Amino acid sequence: MGLRAAVITFPGSNCDRDMAVALEQVSGTAPLRIWHGDAALPDRLDLIALPGGFSYGDYLRSGAMAATSPIMRAVVEAAGRGVPVLGVCNGFQVLTEAGLLPGALLRNAGQTFICRTVPLTVENSRSLFTAGYSTGQQIRIPVAHHDGNYFADEDTLDRLEGEGRVAFRYVQTCNGSQRDIAGVLNEAGNVLGMMPHPERAVEDDHGGTDGRALFEAAIRQLA
Amino acid sequence: MKVRVHVSLKPGVLDPQGRAVHHALEGLGFTGVQDVRVGRLIELEVADDTTDATLDDMCRRLLANGVVENYRVERV
Repeated sequence: MGLRAAVITFPGSNCDRDMAVALEQVSGTAPLRIWHGDAALPDRLDLIALPGGFSYGDYLRSGAMAATSPIMRAVVEAAGRGVPVLGVCNGFQVLTEAGLLPGALLRNAGQTFICRTVPLTVENSRSLFTAGYSTGQQIRIPVAHHDGNYFADEDTLDRLEGEGRVAFRYVQTCNGSQRDIAGVLNEAGNVLGMMPHPERAVEDDHGGTDGRALFEAAIRQLA
Repeated sequence: MKVRVHVSLKPGVLDPQGRAVHHALEGLGFTGVQDVRVGRLIELEVADDTTDATLDDMCRRLLANGVVENYRVERV
């Protein structure tokens, strides 16, 4: 049976189609498309993806409004049951605002929007989403964000590092993130938030395919 | 009743916006500015019987992000 995935679209999401295409390309099955105002998720989901974009125009704080939308109550509940959740860019911001991941994403330290392909180090290759990489492997994934500066207090950062919950790190300082963190996992390991866009590095025409292994690993284990 | 919620970045949290404003003030010739922090002011019109606990709940659940921000509620 194919992968039963859902891509959530908020008003202002703009990478939802890219995410859906990447999931379909790798899994062979088109994901379900879910609107933020829906109160319930479809049954028996294998994977939920929160895409990049500028939900609600980044009003108040990036991801803050989307985190209060009806569908997010269902996403939080599903994540609690162990359903895998991938949040990319704005999706990562929504996951932190919804309390599914620790920390917050602040304005880039240099104040500028950063849009380029950056090298990342895979810090943990034992999670559902990172099992297609090896620990310490360097991959190249595009970033495109204004608010990607990961912040958490020192105790939280130490805990994340100690528990292997830093999934990806920027090889070179990118946006001012504490300890150059680019992606983090929740305690159970089924929720990954990351600022870089793996869905933009899936096909040869993208200029790189290093993101493909993330989807392949998850799909191999889930479908 | 009008309520003002003042939201500010916690001390120690880098404020690149504040730093840019600081530089701009210096560029305009204002000397002696030691630091600039940019916050947010949210004005609410609420029912008169709205309790402190409810206002606090609004701040914690949406208006401020407790990871990086402090807030202060002022009844006007």
